[in-house]
Amino acid sequence: MSYKRVRVEDISKPARDLSPTPTGELKPLPSPFDKQDELPKRKELSEAAREKFECDLDGTVVLSHPKPESPEEERVLVEKFLSGLEKLFQAENNWTFLQPLLLSMDHCARCHTCSEACHIYEASGENPIYRPSYRSEVLRRLYKKYVKKGGGLLSDFRNGRIVLNWKTVIRLAELAYRCNLCRRCAQTCPIGVDNGLIAHEIRKLFSMEMSIMPKELHEQGSMQQMKVGSSTGMSALVVKDNIEFIDEDMTDLTGMEVKTPWDVEGADILLIHNAGEILAWPENPGAFGVIFEAAGLSWTLSSEIAGYDSINYGLFYDDAQFARVAIHHASAAKKLGVKKIVLGECGHAHKALTVIADRVLVGDLAVHRESALTTLEDIVMNNRIQCDPSRNDFPVTLHDPCNMVRNMGIVEPQRRVLRKICPQFREMTPHGVDNYCCGGGSGFAIMNGHNFSDWRYHISGRKKFEQILNAFRDELDPSIPKYVCAPCSNCKGQLRDLLDYYGVWEKNRILYGGLVELIVNCMEGVKPGFIEWEWH
Amino acid sequence: MSLDAVLILVTYACALVFVVSVITRFVKIARLPVHVRWELYPVAHEKGRAGYGGSRLEELDWWTRPIRKSLLGEMKVMIPEILFLAGVRHKNPSQWLRSFPFHFGLYLFIGTILLLLGGGLAGALGADFGASAGFFTGLIATLTPVFGFAGLGLGLIGSIALLMRRLGNVEYREYTSPADFFNLLFFVAAFGVALIAQAAGDADFARMRGFFAGLLTGGPHQAALGVTPLMAAAIILLTLLIAYIPLTHMSHFFTKYFMYHDIRWNDEPLIVGGRLEAKMMGVLGLKPTWAAPHIGADGTRTWVDVATTNPTDAPAVGKDAAE
Repeated sequence: MSYKRVRVEDISKPARDLSPTPTGELKPLPSPFDKQDELPKRKELSEAAREKFECDLDGTVVLSHPKPESPEEERVLVEKFLSGLEKLFQAENNWTFLQPLLLSMDHCARCHTCSEACHIYEASGENPIYRPSYRSEVLRRLYKKYVKKGGGLLSDFRNGRIVLNWKTVIRLAELAYRCNLCRRCAQTCPIGVDNGLIAHEIRKLFSMEMSIMPKELHEQGSMQQMKVGSSTGMSALVVKDNIEFIDEDMTDLTGMEVKTPWDVEGADILLIHNAGEILAWPENPGAFGVIFEAAGLSWTLSSEIAGYDSINYGLFYDDAQFARVAIHHASAAKKLGVKKIVLGECGHAHKALTVIADRVLVGDLAVHRESALTTLEDIVMNNRIQCDPSRNDFPVTLHDPCNMVRNMGIVEPQRRVLRKICPQFREMTPHGVDNYCCGGGSGFAIMNGHNFSDWRYHISGRKKFEQILNAFRDELDPSIPKYVCAPCSNCKGQLRDLLDYYGVWEKNRILYGGLVELIVNCMEGVKPGFIEWEWH
Repeated sequence: MSLDAVLILVTYACALVFVVSVITRFVKIARLPVHVRWELYPVAHEKGRAGYGGSRLEELDWWTRPIRKSLLGEMKVMIPEILFLAGVRHKNPSQWLRSFPFHFGLYLFIGTILLLLGGGLAGALGADFGASAGFFTGLIATLTPVFGFAGLGLGLIGSIALLMRRLGNVEYREYTSPADFFNLLFFVAAFGVALIAQAAGDADFARMRGFFAGLLTGGPHQAALGVTPLMAAAIILLTLLIAYIPLTHMSHFFTKYFMYHDIRWNDEPLIVGGRLEAKMMGVLGLKPTWAAPHIGADGTRTWVDVATTNPTDAPAVGKDAAE
């Protein structure tokens, strides 16, 4: 490891890049991707971007925050930050996470146990600013110096040095977007300190006080969702059209009549997909339709605002946006009078609506919510459809979406299904609640500005890529088709980009997809060949 | 005022600071507003599922199923975690080699205090710890020096090892504040002086037991043998240390309860009409003041108002509008 040392207080220093990640430092990938010079070259951040935006962290940028043009602008930036910092620790502004945040602020023993757990820190070859505790320590020192009583003159002695200037502010904002919020580090902390939570809280401070957030999550995400109905930009009319096309395709492909029901009052189930599936992986909502119809479920989709898009990007950056979207989802269910919401294959939507929103949805908004994985398990394991596992006789591994598994404890339903229908199923190492993030978590999968996508492919997604290659270690030959089951839209987005970037389909015939596709692929009474290997 | 009396006063004062600090902080944390769910799996009380990290959310119509919690499951995690620092041993073995003796030394030190309190009480009531000691007083007399020397010794070794790592390893040093160094030095000094004091002048801890008898009777007990000056220094250092711990991040010895039970393992679902919902109604009535225009908070609108407003309905102002 040859990174220069970066101390916590260095965050305020006027260096060009605080700590870039040279390609030569990255953790080597397994064979056949172990020769660095044969891998795609990382894009550098353009000089134009450096000129215009504050990019002095690590050679990439998410927030594209313009450089302050005057000392006055610098001062205002710092003042707004301080105002937000104070609010982060007030009950009226942050009751949602105040207790967990305060405990994480006050009790870190700086033992670095968390560092070993972080895929980004490991993949980068241990870039010191990617240590999960680095950004936490910056916030901790600022909090203790400027917010907590008794900060004052003794603060440097008690808590360590920190200088607050506009560089500190913008670098801290960027640093909050070098964490996938997967909480693997929190799981390993012997005390219970949660660095993922701290990154989340930093993001909130910048969004809720200073309107600094990635446009992909805000303008193009939650705002668009509440304006037109979906963060994909699809209105109700468009989504109905698209689903109609998908139904026709499914009917052709499976030989089974499929017609997706819309706005059925009193249905048992309101199924909410991540609307990105409808555009990027139409076979996924299509397969849901095939399975639900074949199983004879009483189900419907909703055409209400956000009722057909389970995305809730507020989970990643803003409590108010989060609560608003969650209320839209619950209201859509309430309006139809369904018995429960079933969430399609989208990890963050699962956690957002089932767990995080649980205490926000009070009174008649407290509609029951359930994972599609348990619904599917019930259908498959109780033989409500008939399966022929020999149709899935190819190597299959499972990616565990952090939000469903580590953050919700939904571990076994998807495995029980795979063990039944995929004779060559094998686990990744590690898996289950110890899994690694795909590298696209917390919204990264949809962030492609400047050279950030290269950062995703080379750094945040590196560990998952290594795990996939290792899971198929003995069958990497391209004559053997292989399948990574990733029952999460965001994870699939990251895997799509990652596998494409490294040319994995061409070199090794590794395909990715959801769980429902595998189920339909082996359904009896359905034409064989639902998974279209060549159409990847 | 005699030295014994001064020591007794200092000990009482420090014990009071310790108790008041712990209670104040405990109450303060417990009274923080209810937060959203933020559990992390495995959740140890998930009966039959904790082993692999599963939850009740794996079940079809999970809200219709009885909640099956296992206290034994929690014990199976907490006991090895508290006693042997199982998490650190598994995830950070090199740190565990330093941290375990330090913490286990502290546990034995606490055990020593309890034995001294028991012995002091028995002594104050006239029990004999000499040749004609009974079974329990004999046991106390035997165990006290074992616990005492082992505790002080392990604590000293552990605190020196932790200090050396923080001084010698740049990755640790950069995250260590001057106060952290002070804390470790404080432990080294207190344990070191106590170890020497006991070894040099009170190897069977009889004098210390006498001091505790004096503590319990509110003054130097007639049976007190009198502490040596070195023991007096040790008592002052150790009692100040005990008073100091809950004022620092080392208060995790009790706040860890909240970090596990209130956060990591808190999977309590909201039940309409239940206790949790009532609490939620309270916090949803709080009035935020976040300044970003899309929040629409002005200090008069509640969280319910904010959450039920669609920000795209109203014309945005400020930066949101510009974008």
